[in-house]
Amino acid sequence: MELQMRTMTPQRILVLIGYAAAAVALFCAPLYLSDFRLNLLAKFLAFAIVALGLDLIWGYTGILSLGHGVFFGLGAYAMAMYLKLEASGGKLPDFMNWSGLTSLPWFWKPFGSFGFAVAAGLLLPALLALVLGFFTFRNRIRGVYFTILTQALVIITTTLFIGQQAFTGGTNGVTGFGTLFGQSLGKAETKQILYFVTVIALFAAFVLCRYIVGSRFGRVMRAIRDGENRARFIGYNPAVYQMLVFCVSAALAGLAGMLFVLHVGIISPSMMGIVPSIEMVLWVAIGGRGTLIGAALGAILMNAAKSTFSESYPELWTMFLGLLFVIVVVFLPKGLAGLFPQIKLRKRRGMEHEGEGVHYSAL
Amino acid sequence: MKEKASIILHCNAVTVEFDGFKAVQGMDFELKRGELRFLIGPNGAGKTTMLDVICGKVRPTAGKVLFKGSVDITRKKEHAIAELGIGRKFQTPSIFHTLTVFENLEIAMSQNRGVFATLRARMRNEDRERMMNQLAMIGLEAKAQWRAGRLSHGEKQWLEIGMMLLQEPEILLLDEPVAGMTDKETDKTGELLHAIAKKRSVVVVEHDMEFVRNFASKVTVMHEGKLLKEGSMDEVQGDDRVAEVYLGKRRDADAGRTTA
Ligand SMILES: Nc1ncnc2c1ncn2[C@@H]1O[C@H](COP(=O)(O)OP(=O)(O)OP(=O)(O)O)[C@@H](O)[C@H]1O
Ligand SMILES: [Mg+2]
Repeated sequence: MELQMRTMTPQRILVLIGYAAAAVALFCAPLYLSDFRLNLLAKFLAFAIVALGLDLIWGYTGILSLGHGVFFGLGAYAMAMYLKLEASGGKLPDFMNWSGLTSLPWFWKPFGSFGFAVAAGLLLPALLALVLGFFTFRNRIRGVYFTILTQALVIITTTLFIGQQAFTGGTNGVTGFGTLFGQSLGKAETKQILYFVTVIALFAAFVLCRYIVGSRFGRVMRAIRDGENRARFIGYNPAVYQMLVFCVSAALAGLAGMLFVLHVGIISPSMMGIVPSIEMVLWVAIGGRGTLIGAALGAILMNAAKSTFSESYPELWTMFLGLLFVIVVVFLPKGLAGLFPQIKLRKRRGMEHEGEGVHYSAL
Repeated sequence: MKEKASIILHCNAVTVEFDGFKAVQGMDFELKRGELRFLIGPNGAGKTTMLDVICGKVRPTAGKVLFKGSVDITRKKEHAIAELGIGRKFQTPSIFHTLTVFENLEIAMSQNRGVFATLRARMRNEDRERMMNQLAMIGLEAKAQWRAGRLSHGEKQWLEIGMMLLQEPEILLLDEPVAGMTDKETDKTGELLHAIAKKRSVVVVEHDMEFVRNFASKVTVMHEGKLLKEGSMDEVQGDDRVAEVYLGKRRDADAGRTTA
C-alpha cells in the first residue's frame, strides 16, 4: 500500500533500525553470554515463536486458545522420539523396557528419520488444529466456548500421554538423549549451533507472520475479529480463515516445541499442560497482543524475568505473574508494546486525532 | 416470459417464526432489475426480518427466495449469497472499526475471497483507482487513513454504502440508511442513493416519509409480518388501511426516534 507507506516512512525507518539492532544483538549473543545463559536465551527464543503464533490467532483474529501447550508438546514429542531412538542406537528405548514392551510400537518406527520427525512436529499440531477448527469454527462455536474446548483438548491430551506410559514415557516424559547427527547435545559447540538455528527459525517465523498480517489476508483476519458476521455478508467465509490461521499458529507452536527439546533435553506432559498453556497466553497479553514484536518480546522478557526471579524466590513467581497480568489488563490493554506507538504516533500523524490503536497496522 | 426475465428477486410466501411468534407471514415480494423499492411499515412489521431472509441471516420457516428466477438461495450460507451478488447494509452501521477507511474498502471490493487469493493479493492500479473514485463518491477522501471506528455516525453509514458498492452486488439491501442522520447528511445520502439506483436493484427500508417522497418509486407496506399494500407513494398514502396502521403509529415511531 503505497498510500500508507508514504505516510509511514519515518516510522518504517525506525522499525527497520530496531529489527537490525535486534538481529545483531541476537547473532552476537554467543560473544557476550555464558554457555548457560545462551542456552536459556535459546529456550526463550523458542517460546517467542509460540507467542508469535498465538498472537496470530488471538491478537489478530480474536480467538483465544488456551490449548497451545498441546501443539507445543506434539512438536516437542516428535523431536524427542527421534532423539530417543538415536540415543537408544537400535535398541528399545529404556522406558519401554521398563514397561514390558518387547518391540518398538509401529508409530515410533518412522520417527527414526529426522526428516519425518521434523515434518511430523509441524504437521501433527497443524492437523490437530485443523480438526478442532473444522468442528468449531464451521459450527460458529466461538469466544469462551471455543476457549473451553481448547482447555478440554489439553486435559485429554495430557491424560492420554500420562496414561500410555509404555508409549510415551508417562509422567516422566521422554528424556535421556545423547546426540544429534552424531554430535553430543551437551557440547558447547552443539548448543551454539542450535542457538543459531533457533534465531533463524524465530526470524523466519517473524517474517512469515509479518507477511501474513501485512497482506490482504491479514486485513481480513482483523475484519473477522472486528465483526465476523459483517465479514460474512461481504462474502468471506470466516471459518476457512480461522482454520488456516489456527493451523499456522499450531505449526509454529510445534516448531517451538521441537527446538525446546533440543535445548532442554526433556519433554513431559506437565510442560504441555494447563499452566504452561495459560502462561503462553500471558506472554502475549503482557507483551502486547496485536503486535508481533510485542508478543515475541513479551515471551522473552517474561521468561527472562521468570528465571531470574525464580532462582531467588521460586514461590513468589506465580504471584508476581498474576499481579503483572492484572496490571497489564487494567492499565495497558495493549500490553507493553502499546506504550511505544502511542508516544511516537501522536507526534507524527497530524491527520489522526490520536495515535490510539494504529499500531495494529504499524507493526 | 419477458416479464419474468426482468425479475431479479422473487420471494414466495415467506414465513419466519421465532419461537412460535410469526415475524413474517406468507410474504410475497418481487423486485425487478434496476428497480428502487422502498419497504415501509410500523416498528416490528418484519421489514428487517425480510431483508435477513434474503441475505441468508435468517432461515425462513416456509417459503422460497429465488435469485434471477432460478437460483434458490433459501438455504444458502451468508457468504455464498453475498458472493452471488446480494449486498446488505444493516440498520446500525457495521464497519470494521480497527481497519482504516481505505482497508475497509479494500477488503469489501469485489475480488476472489479465498484464503490463498487474499494471501497473495496485490493492489492493482485499477483497483486503487476504483477505490479512490469510491472514496470521492462517499466524500471520505481526506479520511482514507483514519481508523473507521473514529468516523462520525453519518460517515460510517457512507463508508458502509461505499463498501457495498465496491462489492458490486446486483441487489443492494439497505436498512434505514438515513436513521440518526442530520438533515444535511440525509440529503447527501439521498443523492448517493439516486446515483446507486441507476445501476442496480435496490431495496430500502425507511421510516422517513419525507425521504421516501424524494424518489418516484414503488413502495411496499408491511404490517404485522404481512403485505398490506403495494404501489406508488400517492396510492399508498391514500389507502385507508395504511393510514390506520402506519400513520396512526407514526407518532410512536417518531417519539421513539427522538429518544433513541
Ligand atoms: N431474532 C429474533 N428473535 C425473536 N424475535 C425477533 C427476532 N428478530 C425479530 N424479532 C421480532 O420480529 C418482529 C419483526 O421484527 P423486525 O426487526 O423485522 O421489524 P422491523 O419492521 O424491522 O421494525 P423496525 O422498524 O423497528 O426496525 C418484531 O416483533 C421483533 O421483536
Ligand atoms: Mg428494522
